[in-house]
Parts: sequence; structure tokens; C-alpha cells
Amino acid sequence: MGFTTTGQRRFALNHPFPHFRPTLIVCTLLALLSGHNALADDAPPVAPMPYADAIAALKDRSFDLKAQAVDALVQSGNPLALAALKALVDGDLYYAQDDGRVVIAKDAAGGVLTTDAGSGAALGEAVKRDLKKIIINNTMRNQLRAAIARLSLASDNPDARLSAVLEILKDLTPEAVALLRTAREDEQSRRVREALDTALAIADVNADNKRARLAAIDELSASLYPEARNVLVPLAAKGADGEFVEPDAEIREAAAGAIRIIDGKREFYSTVETAFFGLSLGSVLLLAAIGLAITFGVMGVINMAHGELIMLGAYTTYVVQLLMPHHIEWSLLVAVPAAFLVAGLVGIAIERGVIRFLYGRPLETLLATFGISLILQQTVRTIFSPLNRSVETPQWMSGSLEINSVLSLTYNRLYIVLFSLMVFFALLAILKKTRLGLHVRAVSQNRAMARAMGIRTGWVDALTFGLGSGIAGVAGVALSQLTNVGPNLGQSYIIDSFMVVVFGGVGNLWGTLVGALSLGVVNKFLEPWAGAVLAKILVLVFIILFIQKKPRGLFPQKGRAVEH
Amino acid sequence: MSVQTKHTSRAGMFARATGVVTAGVLGLASMVLPAQAADTIKVGVLHSLSGTMAISETTLKDTVLMLIDEQNKKGGVLGKKLEAVVVDPASNWPLFAEKARELIQKDKVAVTFGCWTSVSRKSVLPVFEELNGLLFYPVQYEGEESSKNVFYTGAAPNQQAIPAVDYLMKDLGVKRWVLAGTDYVYPRTTNKILEAYLKAKGVADADIMINYTPFGHSDWQSIVADIKKFGSTGKKTAVVSTINGDANVPFYKELGNQGVSAENIPVVAFSVGEEELSGIDTRPLVGHLAAWNYFMSVDSKANEKFIKDWHAYIKNPKRVTNDPMEAHYIGFNMWVKAVEKAGSTDTDKVEQAMIGLTFPNLTGGMAVMNKNHHLSKPVLIGEIQDNGQFAVVWETKGLVEGDAWSDFLPGSKDIIADWTAPIKCGNYNTKTKKCSGQNF
Repeated sequence: MGFTTTGQRRFALNHPFPHFRPTLIVCTLLALLSGHNALADDAPPVAPMPYADAIAALKDRSFDLKAQAVDALVQSGNPLALAALKALVDGDLYYAQDDGRVVIAKDAAGGVLTTDAGSGAALGEAVKRDLKKIIINNTMRNQLRAAIARLSLASDNPDARLSAVLEILKDLTPEAVALLRTAREDEQSRRVREALDTALAIADVNADNKRARLAAIDELSASLYPEARNVLVPLAAKGADGEFVEPDAEIREAAAGAIRIIDGKREFYSTVETAFFGLSLGSVLLLAAIGLAITFGVMGVINMAHGELIMLGAYTTYVVQLLMPHHIEWSLLVAVPAAFLVAGLVGIAIERGVIRFLYGRPLETLLATFGISLILQQTVRTIFSPLNRSVETPQWMSGSLEINSVLSLTYNRLYIVLFSLMVFFALLAILKKTRLGLHVRAVSQNRAMARAMGIRTGWVDALTFGLGSGIAGVAGVALSQLTNVGPNLGQSYIIDSFMVVVFGGVGNLWGTLVGALSLGVVNKFLEPWAGAVLAKILVLVFIILFIQKKPRGLFPQKGRAVEH
Repeated sequence: MSVQTKHTSRAGMFARATGVVTAGVLGLASMVLPAQAADTIKVGVLHSLSGTMAISETTLKDTVLMLIDEQNKKGGVLGKKLEAVVVDPASNWPLFAEKARELIQKDKVAVTFGCWTSVSRKSVLPVFEELNGLLFYPVQYEGEESSKNVFYTGAAPNQQAIPAVDYLMKDLGVKRWVLAGTDYVYPRTTNKILEAYLKAKGVADADIMINYTPFGHSDWQSIVADIKKFGSTGKKTAVVSTINGDANVPFYKELGNQGVSAENIPVVAFSVGEEELSGIDTRPLVGHLAAWNYFMSVDSKANEKFIKDWHAYIKNPKRVTNDPMEAHYIGFNMWVKAVEKAGSTDTDKVEQAMIGLTFPNLTGGMAVMNKNHHLSKPVLIGEIQDNGQFAVVWETKGLVEGDAWSDFLPGSKDIIADWTAPIKCGNYNTKTKKCSGQNF
């Protein structure tokens, strides 16, 4: 307890003996769990199992016996129980193959660090092979989480308290409500207080006192927790016999009003969510297409191997992670430049080796690059096997940013939206502000004149193609976080990429940006009512019709370049 | 056609069948073949080694090669060595039919082990029936089929989907159901059966959500968000997933990222095994379920030996084993027993010898080949662990007999398959007492 948190200060102020409180809760819990059990099982009360026996009973194969052992652990009131329960639910509880001792094992550099779950004594390092894991099932996981939640209501960490409240919310027994009421009195954190208020209001909705019920309904109308809405629905609904379940009309109306308010808010957040999904799909399309916007859009090369360059980028990420297994958190930062180089160099090799002999012959280029794409796929298949490779997701890209209980944005998608915009603007800057960009634009606008001005057009072609390919590689790094890294990765993106570039207007980077994002958003707004398959078809049909009307895309290239 | 023993007999048969000119050419060709070829029994392996299905099927090719290798070490079959003929249909469904024809007509294989997707099986079916070949199909499938020329060693819906749903309903108290699948024949038929089954159990229409996605779908955001919403009504909700192939990886990743945990909304999958999980970090997935007839983690002597042999054969101690591998293991060994029982590799004789054969499962107990060409096997339900393996949380008391024609679909309720005399039919209607006449 070296650091001070609000929770701790709260303890210090209100309780002269802070350690009393957890014990108190454990005692309440003891009473409540034993009562709960008798109700649930209708079985004769089990003779209390001593703590050590309960720990040993966890090794049993039967999940029923294990569940009883967990109950016994909770009832034992032993301060070591919480650690053992947490280890059990996290999959860190093992027993030794030789002496059968139950231990908590934490990963360490050499093997695992073990602690005796029965005595709490540190046992030093062990090899995982000598330990056998204690397996639990979903029913036990629910039981454990509920038990742990009740024990962690007194935690110092507001996040732990919040998740404890939310866990208890799922199954509000009168005892649990009593527990929450005491917790509410001293709660300092606003978020936890709100959750507690919702929980107590849910409990009060079906109370005897009408005023309390109306107040509870009012409180719930401000809450977005699904449990809040679920408890209101029966109040406004009709039963099987066509009569309202709730006899009091005033309560019925209040409940119906509260549901309307909640649904209105949910509707709004769900639209926000869909828009985010659309943007995120759009940003994936943008990443996949932006390299093509250079090679196809600016240079006019129909590069069917574009998808495979993306795949190379993804495989580079995999190799980078293999090379730095202990620094997964940083691996993506290394993988971005590495993938750019690998895909870029392969791109330059393709341009110098094949494409430069085929300029001005689009059909031959198409066939040749299609051949290259097959060669690249088979090469990868030979080197890495046809099986998909597992690319790890760093911790900072996992999980989601919870805005409220109905709207949460996943971190990997958030980062990819930002990343795709960064790539886009970096590319724009290269084309607009650097010497290479100037040459690229000059060559694409008027090759003969550019050459006459002393630009080595051959080099510029190679570098431009390398730039487009390198960006495809960078896209591969991002895609490795979303989809499977396998030899076929590229194939699923090549059509989408061409679609975006053609739709946005060939040769126009801004067109690619707008095209990608709008296709993403349209697709996601269609999906809920059309289904994933039909939504994709509708988008394709829309593009076909659009191209009929505006063959040059959203933002057609203007000026002399168009003539060529 | 019986095994080739002498060049002359082979040439003779061909002369009768195809005329003197062809016989001359073939006779010439057979003289070039090594003399040893006549003393082997050829076994066809029809699994995709490239394309989208390579991820799953390559392993099965290796499994068959391993089994052949082991059998040859034991002295082969009927005193002859087995010889594998491996072809690559490249995840291309029409090519499956072409390659099957090549195996039976050109290579004269006695038996073929192959196919994964139902569409590939449907594509080779007419070829095997026309040329009277023998196919062992090792993957769980939608049922509604029984061909004289095919032995189905994977699970029928009543050996996987129905027990899994029963488990969710009874043990976990699930009241609301999401049926999510890839858009093709296996998930559509399975979901049709499940929907009929759930409704028969009194589940309301509003409590069933059905969703299909294309092959290789990678953007699961909206669907997972929908599942979350569907599951937030307070009734216990579960997802029954027939999502196939590598689309599962992004699906599970999205579940993990959006915080859908197994305790709130468990996902039970019928196409996710150890092989599929070896491509993902399974820590966020702990507790999600799968139903199979075999799990690598099952503790038994036979399984331990199988895993050891597999690792030795593939020279990689990290490779996993899975359910379709066990299906090939049982199928192959039953075929060996049948050939020895029949004393010949003739399709008709082996087909009759197969029925009623037993062979030990890797998970314990005996698999039985039934009259409808489906196996009786135990059904296991496992929860995903953080090491990519499954822990068995439930299993059927005894064996479950594979049912070719589902009892829950109106069209197939009265139909049975029975390949023994006197019925000898793949779709015999027990009401009208008639065989529809088709072969399947």
C-alpha cells in the first residue's frame, strides 16, 4: 500500500481500522453464499470443509465437486482465498504432478514462479511441465466472478470496484443489494456511484413503496446499462393473457417513458457506432488502395500483384515478431519501416525486371503482373507453409475504449483509422513537397518533356513504383492486425483496391480518400438491413452504375494529363 | 476392378473394354512402369494442397501418408505394399471431379481419401458413382446424403450440432440463439436443421437470429455489435457458429476486442478445431466452446501414441491433431480391415465388408460403421484453453449413431439409408416403402 489513491484516502478518513472492512464483507458474504446455495441446490447443507481440504478438492475431475470446493473456499473466510480464486479464474492455478500440492503459478523469465495456494508460502521457480492445470468451465467461471466481485467491492482501485458492481448487477439477490447499499454510502468515484445508483434503482423498481418505484424508474431512464432497460420492459408490457402485468397505470406510463428515452439514446449511439464501423472499414480500404493509387493512378500500371505486396508487408510483420519475441509491444513500430523496405524493393525489382518492358501495353502488363502475383503467393507458401501465420496483437491494440455501456470503440480499429490518415498525408506531402514528388508528377503528366528537361524517367518510374509498393507493404502491417496472415491475404483486397481507385478517380489521391471512406460508410449502413453478403453486392452494383454515369470517377483528373 | 497382378490380365481387360488399339498403347505404357507397381495397392489422396482450403487439407494429406507408411511397416495389406497417389485439386471444385476421375481411371486407385468442403464432395460424387470408386470423407458435414460409394467418417448433424445445442440449453440455460455461418451449403443446411430443432423445443422466432457471411469475411465489427445487442435482453444468449475456414480468426479477435466473453455469450463452433486455433492468441477466447468427436487433449493411450507418431512423422513437435485426422485414422484402419475381410480391394466387396466393422476411437470406445455408411462415435464438447487446446467439459454417455437424413427436416424425416440387403438404398422412404431411385 505504498501509493495513495482516492480509495485509500477514503478508507483512512472513514475507518480508523481499514482492515476491518474486508473481513466484514467476507462475513456477510459467508452468510449470503451459504443461503444462496441451500436455495439453489435444495441439498442438505454440506459440512463446512476446512480451507486446506477445499484447496485440495479443486483437483477433482468433477466440475460439481470443484464448484463445492470454491464455495467452501469463500466460506472459509481465509484471507488467502481471494488470491486462489483469482488464480483459478485466470488459469494460473496448478497442481504439482509429483506431490499433488496446489500452487499459484506466475510466468517468470526461466519457468514459472510458484506459491503454495494452501499456505501462501513462496515455493520458488518450477518447470511448467511438472505442473498440471486446474481446468474450470463457464458455469464455474460465472460462480468465481460473482464471488470475486463481492470480495473486490472494497478494493482500492475504482476500476475493480466498477467491474465488481457490474458483475453483481447481473444477479441482484437481496443480500447483494444490501452489500451495494453499504458500498454506496462511502463511494467517491463518480462512475462507480452511477453504476451503484443504477443497481439500487433496479432493485427498487419492484419495491412496495410507489414513490420509491417512480424515483427508481426516473433514475433508470438516465442509465444505458442493458439491465436497466430489461427491468423496465416487463413493467410496460402485456402478459400472455393480454392484460398489463403492472396494475398501476402511473408506473406503467413512467416505465414506457423511460424506455422511450433509453431507446432514443441507444439509437443515437448505435448510429455513431455504425459510422465508426464505416470509417474503420473505409480506412482499411484506403490503406489497401492508396499504394495502388500511385502505381495505377499516377503511373497507369495495372498491377495485379498489388495484393501480394500487401501480403509481403504482413509477412514482414510476422518475421519481425519472430526476431523480437520479447518486445511484441514495439514490433509494429519496427515492422512499418521494414515492410516498407521489403515491399518497396520487391516492387522496384518487379518494375525493373518486368513492367518497364511493357509500358503502354496494359493487357500484357495485366497478365504479367498476375503471373507475378501467383509466383509471389507460391513462394510464400513454400517458405512459410500454406498455413496461416499468427501475428500477435500488442497489448495497446487490444480491447476497446468504452465510452458508455452501449458504445465502445475497439482500439485496433481506432489506431488503424489514425494510421491510414497518417499514411495518406505523408504520401500527399511526398508528392507535393519533395523533389521526387515533383519528378513523379512531371513524368506522369508529360514523359517526353520531362525527359527533355533532364529527368531520368527510368529511375523515376522505378522509385514511384517502389513508393507505391512500399505503401502497400505498410498497409500489410496494419492488415496483419485485423485479418489472417496467409498466402491468400492479398487476393481479398485487390478487387476492393481497384474499386476504390476507379471510384475515387484515377490519378487523384483525394479521390481515393473520399472514395474509400464513403464506400466503407455506405457498406456499413447497408449491412444491418441487407446482410454482409447483399451489402457487398449492392455496393458493387452502385459502383457499376456510377461508373456508367461518370467514367472518370468522383474526382476526374483535369488538364493535359487526361489526354494520354 | 480387382488389383492388378499381372500385366497381361490388365492389358486383356482393357482390350475387351476399349479396343485393340488402346490396349496396344496401354500395354506399352505398362511395360515402362516399374515392375513393383503391379505388387502394390494404390491409395488416392484427394486433398487441396494450394488455394484457400490448403490450410486445412494439407494436414489430412500428411495424415493419410503417415497411415500408409505405418501400414506398410506392418507388411501392407493382403501381402502387398500400399502406394499413395497424391493429387492437388487446388481448392477448385470442378477440378476435384477431374482429379477424382484421373485417380480412378488412370491411376486405378483402390480407394480414395479426400475432400473437405461439402461442395467439393458434391462435385466428386457423380464421378465415384459412375466409375464405382470408393471415397472416405473425413469432415463433419450437413447430412442429407448417403452414397454407396462414400463412407462418411466425420460427424453428421446429430453427432455434433444437436448435442451441442442440447448442452447449451440444459447445462447453460441458453434461451436466445444466434446462428452464424458462412454462406454455403453446410451452414445453411445445418442451420435449417437447428432452427427446426429449436422451434420444436419451443424457442420463439424472436429469440433466433440467423446471419450469413461470405467466405473469408474479415470485417466482423457490425455483426459482433449486433450479437452483443441481441444478447443484452437479459435472457441467456449463445452463438452457434458454422463459420468456416480462416474467417474464424478475425471473428474471434473481434469478439475479444469488443469484450464478448464466454461467460456472457458463449460461442459454440462446429468448424473450429485445434488447427484453426493454432493461428490465434486464444487468451481472450478461453471458455468458448466447440463440439467434436475428438480433441487432441483427450487423455488416452491410443491418442498419446497417435500424437507421438504424428509428431515423429511430421518432424515438428508443435503440430496439433484434430477431429478430421481422427476420422481418417478410423476410416483408413477400417478400410484395411475390410479389405482383409473381403480378401480383395473390389469396391462392392469392400463396401459390404465395411458395414458392421468396428475400430477403437482415439478417445476411447469403439467406432462402428453403420448400414448408412456413417460412424457411431462419441460426442465431446470442449472449452477453449489459453494454450490453444480444448478441455472436455461434457461428453455423451455412449456412442451416437450418425444419422444421414435429419429427423428434424420435413423432407427427410421419413428417409433412411441402408446399404444392406434387401433395402440397399441411400434414400429409402419408410412411409412409401420406396427407394427414390437415385444413388444418394
